[in-house]
Amino acid sequence: MGSTNSTLLKIPNVEVLMQETGFSPAHIIRLHDRFKALDKEGRGYLCPQDFGAIKELAMNPIGDRIIGAFFSPGKETVDFHTFVKILAHFRPVDKDRPKEPNSLEPINSRSNKLKFAFQLYDQDKDGKISRDELLKVLRAMLGMQVTEEQLESIADRTIQEADLDRDDAISFEEFRKSLEKVNIDHKMSIRFLR
Amino acid sequence: MAFLQQFALLLTLLIIFSTSCKAAALEVDSVEVGHNYSSKSSVTSTSTDNSTGGDGHAPSAISTLPIVIWKWHHVETPYLVALWILTCWLCKLVCELNHSVTSVIPESGLLIILGFVLGGIVWGADKAQTFKLIPTNFFYYLLPQIVLDASYCMPNKLFFSNLGAILVHAIIGTCWNAGTVGIALWACYEGGAMGTLNIGPLQFLLFGALLSAVDPVAVIAVFEEVHVNEVLYILVFGESLLNDGVTVVLYNVFDAFVSLGGPKINAAEIIKGIISFFVVAFGGSFLGVVFAVLISMLTRITKNVQVIEAGFIIVLGYLSYLTAEMLSLSAILSITFCGVCCQKYINANMDEKSVTTLRYTLKVMANGSETMIFVFLGVSAIDRNIWVWNTGFILLTVFFVVVFRFMGVFFLNWILNQSRLIPIDILDQFIMAYGGLRGAVAYGLAAILDEKKIPEKNLMLGTTLIVVYFTVILQGITMKPLVQWLKVKKATHSDLTLNGKINNRTFEHTLTAMEDICGRMGDNWWTRHWNHFEDKYVCWLLMKSDARKHKDPIFGAFHKLNLEDATKYVSEGERKGSLAFIRNDDNASVDFKKKLALEYGDIIPDMSEYDFGIDNVPVTSVMKNTIPSVSLDIHEQDRKSMPNDLSAHHLLDQHLYKSRRHNRPTYSRSHYNTSESPDEMQEIFQRTMRSRLESFKSTKMGVNPSKKLSKHPKKDSTHKPNRKPADPHRTYPYGDEDFEFSADSVSSSEIAGNFPRRSPNAPGAGVDNPAFIPEMDTSPPMRNPPWQTETANNTAVAPSQRAQGRLPWTPTNLRHLAPLRMSTHSTDSFAMADASVDDKAPEEKPGTHHTRL
Repeated sequence: MGSTNSTLLKIPNVEVLMQETGFSPAHIIRLHDRFKALDKEGRGYLCPQDFGAIKELAMNPIGDRIIGAFFSPGKETVDFHTFVKILAHFRPVDKDRPKEPNSLEPINSRSNKLKFAFQLYDQDKDGKISRDELLKVLRAMLGMQVTEEQLESIADRTIQEADLDRDDAISFEEFRKSLEKVNIDHKMSIRFLR
Repeated sequence: MAFLQQFALLLTLLIIFSTSCKAAALEVDSVEVGHNYSSKSSVTSTSTDNSTGGDGHAPSAISTLPIVIWKWHHVETPYLVALWILTCWLCKLVCELNHSVTSVIPESGLLIILGFVLGGIVWGADKAQTFKLIPTNFFYYLLPQIVLDASYCMPNKLFFSNLGAILVHAIIGTCWNAGTVGIALWACYEGGAMGTLNIGPLQFLLFGALLSAVDPVAVIAVFEEVHVNEVLYILVFGESLLNDGVTVVLYNVFDAFVSLGGPKINAAEIIKGIISFFVVAFGGSFLGVVFAVLISMLTRITKNVQVIEAGFIIVLGYLSYLTAEMLSLSAILSITFCGVCCQKYINANMDEKSVTTLRYTLKVMANGSETMIFVFLGVSAIDRNIWVWNTGFILLTVFFVVVFRFMGVFFLNWILNQSRLIPIDILDQFIMAYGGLRGAVAYGLAAILDEKKIPEKNLMLGTTLIVVYFTVILQGITMKPLVQWLKVKKATHSDLTLNGKINNRTFEHTLTAMEDICGRMGDNWWTRHWNHFEDKYVCWLLMKSDARKHKDPIFGAFHKLNLEDATKYVSEGERKGSLAFIRNDDNASVDFKKKLALEYGDIIPDMSEYDFGIDNVPVTSVMKNTIPSVSLDIHEQDRKSMPNDLSAHHLLDQHLYKSRRHNRPTYSRSHYNTSESPDEMQEIFQRTMRSRLESFKSTKMGVNPSKKLSKHPKKDSTHKPNRKPADPHRTYPYGDEDFEFSADSVSSSEIAGNFPRRSPNAPGAGVDNPAFIPEMDTSPPMRNPPWQTETANNTAVAPSQRAQGRLPWTPTNLRHLAPLRMSTHSTDSFAMADASVDDKAPEEKPGTHHTRL
């Protein structure tokens, strides 16, 4: 218990962080250990290269996008707080936790989870998934299995499915609508972050 | 009215029955449903033969030549079996006649009640119960197909993702039920609640073990009607299926203990018992997996014996059951895992038709034997011998069975919920516990109890029957209102969307990435690595090479959606009167057809031959998969796909080339449909050639590559035959998608570019890539559908070039075809829009396709 506290104390503003993310001290410590392990040079922040060093992540077809999601535009580093906050998106929703009336929407709410997914597509941050953006993701995920024409038609069709205002792009609202029936809480949660 | 009908049917049924009964009266001692041809029955029948007289064998010494002889005894056993099967199925028919009754009482309960009636009649005729469910028949002839069907239709993904919870319930839950019921009953007995009985503690445990079997048959029958949500369904279903296996194992262990006798049991024996439990259970499962591998590998090479392809699965599945039985491993677990593991690979390996056949055959067998089991559960009850009444024993058993089931389920779920991502909520837990219906397995096990070892066998048998009736009838009846009243989450049917599929994939990738970043092995890690392993090794081993392609789910979804669109498109056209537009406007028809060919070409090898007449419509079977993932009800699947089938039928029937042969009834034992006669092939070939010659002439007469619309119909007809050679080539090697699409884009780019034709009589004419040509020469003479030849002469409507070129690979256009804007004369707008595109098309497109090739 003593070591727990001492580790926690080393992290600045840990109370606020726990409040915001809803993580338990055990989680924070585990994530902190991981953070330190990734941060090989002990700089206190992570660079995209640090993420790139994770072997499995390099194999992930959309790995670079996910790494990108950790870095806010223009910044080349991510500190522990941001790191934890990003991961907090994937904490399962807990129903029994009492909801404080004046608190902000928790990071792991449905719409935040969706936003995270949305920005993986929307690389130019214009609030819309354009055909090209979708195509790039599809190309990465389907890879060699289908031809370019098939990819294009899949992309066309996908956009058409979700596109309500006929602007050939998927806005966040449309994105959310298209996933209305999907159990996002289930699909965008990691069990061990509970 | 319905009641009258029902009554009439029941009456006929009874008449049939009683006649057979009279004929068989006194002769049959142990003839049973199933196929037991026991020597005993033949012995008894010969001995009683003389007394009944009249209908016996022909006399050995004959004085004159008999014209016909009454030979009842030759056919007696199979005849009775068949009659009983018929009777049971008629019972089901009677049950289903009136839906207002089945909506209240589940079918299984009704069948049992009808069984009471039939049993009463037999009793009335014979004054003894001559027919009852014999365990051998039940375990060897009735149960296997039910389990095989259930496991083969198991929603695989759901099953494996909940396997942990299912195993916990099936193994620990079953042991808990067996142990607690046995011990509690024994305690009550010691406390004096049931008077004096000759039952020891071990016998009580044995009894508890046989009562712990939650019966899949009863459970599925009830849950299927209620449509509960997926997770609940799979938990109960999976549990009941596996738990049967566990029960039998447990039963055998306790049975061995009972035979050993109390004093001989020491720690070593108990440990042996536990080891044997695990060896039997896991050994059986492993054997099932081995058989699954065998089956999958076999289906890789059964292409040439398509007719009996489906039979292999059934026979091998049954063999896995028997082999496990022979090795004294758990047979039920063996056949369960066999079905669950092989379904994916055999569905990919086998022809669509065989898959359908297999599915239906299994359904027929499973439903049939299920019906018989329930009826016989009722019939068996009408037997004075088995009813030894002991109020305390019976009531306490029913009470403990229900109570401990509830306790076990709630406790195990509480433990599971500690680590589950989505906790099982309390209502689901309640329904799970309430769904613990006992069925025929319990009865079968009770019936094989050895009377020498267990003096109170009949009491146990009777009590088991009462527990079965109590759970199946009472709990079954109350289940549906309870689900509605408690507002248990029902199954939601969500539409298939590309967005959903694609985002699912993204979510999966995101989650695995996050797990990697966190540096922990979560569920997704396992899933991913299994998938990787499966792709690399398992599929390589178990799947045909061509089945391995085209299995990307996103593309599959895309494909399926396109099919739906195609059907909608057609039905839209039909609603407007006829599908004539498809013929008149070659624009629409060609593209539509091309589209079909393109898409089906992936799946159906003989698509390119264009010979689907009415008796060979593979397309329909492609569409059958619009079913909710967890439904086992094959009728439901039917109902859903019927409209699709119908319209597809209609379309193909009307507009594709019809073989003239199919009007003549042909019969072949080993083939579904005979191929066309050479004459016909010749004719098609000639027609094709004529049309090509025609178009060749027109091209040769100095048709320079202009973009004037008036020329297009001719060009259309020229390029179409050109595309044809690509088709057989495309589908025979069967697989390289790049190739298919580029082959198509060759033609489409040519359309756009108006390339002058080469000699059209050469088989590979018009195909730019010389790589095509060698294959073409060996390919059979091309058959050209008549509508294509028609288009050569049809100059009424000029199609738009651009639309022509684009349509095959843009589904969006097909989607928008639905309003049928193009069906009349609206090509102008296309022509205007396309003029500019045509200019650049020839330069870039051939280039792209070459690189792809």
